[in-house]
This record gives sequence, C-alpha cells and structure tokens, in this order.
Amino acid sequence: MAFEYAPVPLMNTPAPLFGQSIRRLEDDALLRGKGRYIADIALPGMLHATFLRSAVAHGRLLSIDVSAAEALPGVHRVFTYADLRPSLTCDRIPLAMPSGAIRFDVDPYVLAKDEVCHVGEPIALVIADSRAIAEDAFGLIGVEIESLPAIVDPRLGLADGAPQARLDCKDNLVARMTAQYGDADHAFAHAAHVVDAQFHLHKGGGHSIETRGVVARFDAEERLLTLWDSTQMPHQAKRMLVKTLGLDESQIRVIAPDVGGGFGPKFVFHPEELAIAAAAMLMRAPIRWIEDRLENFTATTQERDQYWQISAAADADGRLLGIRGRLIHDHGAYTPYGVALPYNSATNLLGPYVLPNYRLDISLCLTNLIPATPTRGAGRPQGTFVMERLLDRLARKTGLDRAEIRRRNLISPDQMPYRTGLTTRDGGAMIYDSGDYVESQRRALNFAQWDDFETRRQAARKEGRYLGIGLANYVEGSGRGPFESASVRIGPSGKIVVTTGAAAQGQGTVTMLAQLVADVLGVRPETINVIAGDTAASPLGLGAFASRQAVTAGNAAHRAASIVREKILQVASSWMEVSAEDLELADGRVRIKGAPQMGRTFAEIAGALDGMPGYALPAGTSPGLAAANDYQPSALTYCNGTHVAEAEVDPATGVVRLTRYTVVHDCGRLINPMLVDGQVIGGVVHGIGSTLYEMMIFGEDGQPQTGTYADYLLPTADVVPRIAVHHMESPTNLNPLGIKGAGESGTIAASAAVTAAVEDALREFGVEIGELPITPSRLFALLKAAR
Amino acid sequence: MSERIAISVTVNGVVRQAEVEPRLNLADFLRDHLRLTGTHIGCEHGVCGACTILFDGATARSCLMFAVQADGHAVTTIEGVASPDGTLHPIQAALSAHHGLQCGYCTPGVVITLLELQRERDGTPIQETELRHALSGHLCRCTGYQGIVDAALDVL
Repeated sequence: MAFEYAPVPLMNTPAPLFGQSIRRLEDDALLRGKGRYIADIALPGMLHATFLRSAVAHGRLLSIDVSAAEALPGVHRVFTYADLRPSLTCDRIPLAMPSGAIRFDVDPYVLAKDEVCHVGEPIALVIADSRAIAEDAFGLIGVEIESLPAIVDPRLGLADGAPQARLDCKDNLVARMTAQYGDADHAFAHAAHVVDAQFHLHKGGGHSIETRGVVARFDAEERLLTLWDSTQMPHQAKRMLVKTLGLDESQIRVIAPDVGGGFGPKFVFHPEELAIAAAAMLMRAPIRWIEDRLENFTATTQERDQYWQISAAADADGRLLGIRGRLIHDHGAYTPYGVALPYNSATNLLGPYVLPNYRLDISLCLTNLIPATPTRGAGRPQGTFVMERLLDRLARKTGLDRAEIRRRNLISPDQMPYRTGLTTRDGGAMIYDSGDYVESQRRALNFAQWDDFETRRQAARKEGRYLGIGLANYVEGSGRGPFESASVRIGPSGKIVVTTGAAAQGQGTVTMLAQLVADVLGVRPETINVIAGDTAASPLGLGAFASRQAVTAGNAAHRAASIVREKILQVASSWMEVSAEDLELADGRVRIKGAPQMGRTFAEIAGALDGMPGYALPAGTSPGLAAANDYQPSALTYCNGTHVAEAEVDPATGVVRLTRYTVVHDCGRLINPMLVDGQVIGGVVHGIGSTLYEMMIFGEDGQPQTGTYADYLLPTADVVPRIAVHHMESPTNLNPLGIKGAGESGTIAASAAVTAAVEDALREFGVEIGELPITPSRLFALLKAAR
Repeated sequence: MSERIAISVTVNGVVRQAEVEPRLNLADFLRDHLRLTGTHIGCEHGVCGACTILFDGATARSCLMFAVQADGHAVTTIEGVASPDGTLHPIQAALSAHHGLQCGYCTPGVVITLLELQRERDGTPIQETELRHALSGHLCRCTGYQGIVDAALDVL
C-alpha cells in the first residue's frame, strides 16, 4: 500500500508564507513538557474541589446533610444549591440559544436544586485541602433521593403516557421543527424509484485527552475574579459569569491556558465553571477543580442518538426527486445548546446534491441523560450519512454504479453559487459559495483506483478475504459568525503582539495567525507574540466552534496587520521623504527598496506613535502603532470533499479492518497545508471512531455502562489506516483571503464512506447496515440474520 | 490517612526525597510534589498513556503506581528527555517536523514510549504495522496518529 501522501514541512522561508507548511510555534514548549494546562496551574493557598454527583438518572432530591462531611479534618466547606444561590443573580444558568422551537425552560442549575435529571448531575461541591480528602468526604454526605422513572430512549419518551423526564415539563417534546421546501409528497407520487430506510445513529463524546477543569481566584482588594478554564469559549464563559454573578465586565477575566483538546464539549458552559467561581468568591481562596475521567463520561456533554425514518424518491434515471421523513433526536436533560445539533443534521443532509423537494420533521426529546451537544462534526455526519446511504440504496435499486448515481445528482460548477431551499439556523439563505463537486469526486475515485477495485476484490476473494469500497461526498458550512476579533500592536519595544478572541485547543491557531501577520509585516513568524484565549487581551471574542477561526480570526488579523503596515509606511515615507511605493518591510524594519541600509525600525516608529508630552505625532497619524479588527463574515463559506474507504470484513467474527482511505478536500486557499492535513486526518479518525468503535451505553435505568476507555473504545494507532489527503483549492469570494474552514470536515463523511465499504464487502450476503457504531457483535448478528 | 512514608526517588538523574501518603500515586507525586507537570493525566485507569514515564528504563503508567513503589528507583519524565543544553531529542524534533502533535496533551507519553522503542530496536528498521502496534497504548484524539507514525518512521 503506497500512497503518495508525504508531508514535508518546510523550514521557515522568506515571504510569502501564505500556503507554506511552516512548523508550529506551539510545538517547542509542548514537546518539552513545558505546556501550561489547567491542571498545571497551582496558586498559593489553593484549595481543591470535587463534586458529589447523582447516582440515579432521575429523582426527587429530598434532603442533603453535609454536617459530617464538613467535620472531616481537611474539609473546608461543602456547598449545596441553597448555599450558592444567594451569590447568584438567577436560579438557573441562562444558556439556551434563542430558538422559537424550544417549548420549555430547561436551563441547568449550578447544583441540583430539588430534582436530579441524569446520572452525574452535580449535587454538592466539596472544598478541601486536597482532592483525595474531598473525595473522602463523599461518603459522609447524606443524600436522600426518591427515584423516579427515567427516559432513556427518546422514541419511548415521545410516546403517549410516557413518564416525564423532568417534573417541570409537562411532556418530553422539548422542541419540534420542520426543515422543508418544495413539495415532497408530490415528488413521491410521481417517482420511478422509492427507497425507505431506518437508521439509528449514535455519535460519541468529544473525549479530549485532557478532561475539563477550572481554577478560580477572587482578589477581594481589586474585586477581580480570574478564572482559568479549559474551554473553547473564554469570552462566552465571561459573559455567563457576568450574568450569573452580578459582577461587571471589568471584574472578570477568563483565561483559556493550553487546552488539551476540545472537540465540542468545551464549547459548552457547564455548571462546574460557575460553581467553582462562586465558591472561590465565598471562600476567599483560590480553588481548583479537575474533572476525572468518570466525570467526563457522565458530566461532560456528549453527542448521542438519532432515530431516522426516511425515504428517497428518484426518477427513472436515478435523479433525486425528493426526500422526506422524520428524525427523533435525543436531547438529554438540559439545554445548553439549543436546537443546533439536529438542525445541522437536517441541513447537511442536502450535501453537494440537487434535491428538488425535501421535508424532515424533527422532534427533540428530553431524556434523563447528560445533555447532547455537538462533538466534532456537530450533527452533520448524521445528515451526510443518511443522504449517502439513501444514494447507495437507490443505486442498488436502479442498477447504477454508486459513483454514477452521485455524478448525476451532484451540483455542477456552473450552478455556483448554489442556493439551496433551506435557511441556515440564523435564518440566512443557505448558499454554497464555491467548489467543484464533480471534480472532487472524479479525483477521489482516481486516487482511490475505484475503477480497478473489482480486480482487488476478486483477488482478495480468492484468498477468502472480503474487501469492500465505499464513497461519500459532503459539504460543510464553515466560518460561522457573527464575528471574530483580532488586533496587531507594536510598542516601543518593537515586539509585534497579536491578540485575538479566538481560542486554541491544538488547531495551530497561534501559528496560523503569526503566519498571516508575518507575511504582511515582513517578519519571521516566530518573532510574533500571539495571545489567544484571554479576555483581558481582547475585549471581544467568540472562540472555537463551527470550523471558523482561520476564516474569522484569520481575516481579522490580516486586516489589522494591513492597517499597521499602512501606518508604518505613512510615517516612514514622511520621515525619510520617499514615496511609500519605494519602501518595503523586512526583518522588523521599513527600508528603501534597493538601499536596505536606509530604514527605520518598527520600534522607532512605534516609539514616535506612542507620543511625547506636548509634541505632535509624525505625519499627521493617529496615536499608537496598532489596529484592531472585528471581522464579520457575511455568510457561511462551504468547504467540500469526497472520501473513499476500503474495508476488509471477517464474516466469521464481524470484525472490520480499514485498509485504505482517500480524501479529496477543498477548503479554498490553504494557509498552512500541514495544519490542514492534520485537521483533516484527525477529523477522519474521529469519524472512524464514531463508525466502528465509540459507543456510550446506558442501561434502561439511565445508568452509564461505559465509564472507562476499556469499555468505550477510542480509535488507536493500530486500527486506523493511513489516510491520503489531496487538496483542491476553490477560493471563496466571501472573505478577502479566500479561505474556508477545515476543523470538522474530515469527520463529516467518514461514517458514510466506511459504512458503504463494509456493506460493499458483504454484498453477497445482502447486509444493510442501519445502526452506528458497526460493532463486531452487531455486524455478526446482521450476517447471521442474512444467512 | 495521615501516615507518611519517606521515599527517595531518582528523577531525571536527580535524587529527590519526600514524605508521602501511601495512597499518593506516582503521577501526582511527580506533578504536584516535584512540579514536573509534563507528565499528564488523561484517564487514571491506565489506558490513555498520557502519564507514561520510564521506570528504571522501562515504560510504566505513572497513574497506576504509588509513589512509594518508586522508592529506590529511577524515573525519567518528559522534562528529562531533551539534552541538558536544551537541544530537542531527535524524536521530539521529528514530531514537530511531521506535525505529530496538536494539543500536545498526549505528546509526553508518546515521546517516552518512542524512546523505549528506539532503544529496543537499536537501529533495526521498524515496519509501520509493528510501529502502530507499539503506539496502540496511547490515545491521541487530535492527530489520527499519522504524524506520530511518520515521525517515528523517520527517526527509528
């Protein structure tokens, strides 16, 4: 198996850096063990926190007795909801994103008030000299809970007479909506071919290898609360703390230090972030809470189950006429994220195809499980899975090759920009801005040697091996707004400091921004100091979600750097009495082209723009060698691609082994191809995990049965194939740099492509896979039924 | 739990003495008592590999050992891998060159395992399948392992 993929990162080279695989600025410290993650932060006098959590999925909280626990030597305090509520401005944490579809207020409490709604819900907060002592105290806390029936399966939760998942909601249908355009019923009435399918799609958790954690310190003299938080969204955390603690914006600073992976759940503001902050204010001592892995399985939000009943209609040539059906989505017990997850599934189902008519009825069911929120891909892989599986079934029905039926339905380049019939979740038109979907598929088939596959299949079959191949196309709306902020600032030291509201969890954001700014200012990227993830450094900001930071923060930093560049040229031109066109920026200086010894340093210019008391600034400029920009994308920019997977399946055991994997990926212009490859490959492997391994299992009573990595399997190095990534670059004209997001796209098509390959390997058995993940036992059962 | 036991552990070539609770695990001892925070804790049940150290030269999960078990033994952590003059070990440099790390959380454990593998191979080239098997005791959620594999193939 010899793929041509060979990342050859280049050493730093002269500008332009845009498009070059420069090495990461983040690496050196991380390789030496000198990163500074949340659990590495130790403050003088710091106390340690643990949360006593609900052991039942649903119950009425009757009483809590903390007196014995508080008497344990080394325990400073045990907080309950009643203890923290006086410090808060509101009963609940106001998290819900605006959506008219949501019927009930199901925002979470800081600690359980009088009802527990999932296993792992925090009930009490123990503050002690050490984590071990705090855990010792658990056994001394008397908690009385009256068990109530639990809703685990959302289909049962929506049935007539189902018990309530929450006593304050009269039923479990927390939201209902329809994604539709055209007339699907009419299309089905006139179809030559119809296929019907049912899918139970399970997607697992984020599973960053670093769990969540918070360190809080309240300085009573300055009335300043500092929260170090392993979060994707420090600015959002600050907004939540302002709202709930009644402090103003100048009194709270949130810092995301080095963050050991995010993948979605660290987007969400969890109750522990508020509880630790409130406790630090009450205790007048710094407090650290580090989540353990069992808590991560039970108290960190996760993505979970969707049940689809879906049909596709096509004409005699295999062209899609319509898709209609119903989606039941497991929402969990609270709403920290609105309706984004199933809505992404509904919109991403369209993919790169022409679909004239569509109707999907979506029901979100409250369950007694941890809230479901996006993990990498954020509902899109499920939508893509459904469309791609329907196309394969239509191919079988019509007798068309699976690639051919897709080719007939793909949006062609001359239809770009392509307006779909749906709107995005903020109500804007859903428009694919650029891309050549036909060419993407053509290249992928070519790289993957699709046409030669039958030869490989037959050769393997003669050896008794079952090989299959699968194909999937996808799009992803990336670069979500409303904005991201960046500033570029040079002081009299000459140091270039870039600040941004973006936050990094391994994506290489620091390198990416330094690379863009270095190009504009003619310096080496390693001379730039990039500060991300600190609310004190950037007054505004959003953070990491929706594959957005290169698009939004990248364009903001580039624009800010361009303004600084203009200012440098303006001052130097005046001082040196030469036209700006005759000047160039290099090595931290502005100099005369052809006479590099004639120039001024950035430090000199910055010093002059810092101002002298009573003297005018040079060249009529404004103060400070700095600029800030809040880049507002006008719309989502759609990246796209094609995945081809090959799998070998052992029918005797149901074990799947992936043998080849090819990706054609188009995210517009590439800033740093090495970083994009890293995002794509990591994303694909996340998708492989969802497809073959990762399964969060709950009993009928809502008890999690997978709470370790011995039970819940993440993909490991020995089971993932080498992934060949090929890039196309269809620039977007929606932003000045022509770039699109890449953070999640790898995940989106993986389940569809891998499942197709597994089905194809077993085609002589006629196995149809309707359930993810495809575990050996499930596949074995399907094979047994087929025989 | 107030009983404390005196231990003496050689960490990165330096003898460190301490009095510790018997229940203190080795990872917490390294991180909280010695402030060697490069050894990371990911699962505390011995699967993820982030806490991997060399214990008398062999890889071990420091989250599954008690600090008292290290009494009289030698431990190498990620902080002891680069040369004293600060030059990165070739394995560390290769991980950067091949983009074998993103968030960096699993990286110290991966480096330690590759150090042991390099010593065991002693210059004998390794096949990719064998290498992937050797790395299968480490969970990395960011890279999909490919950059790590390429780095190791480059150096081993």
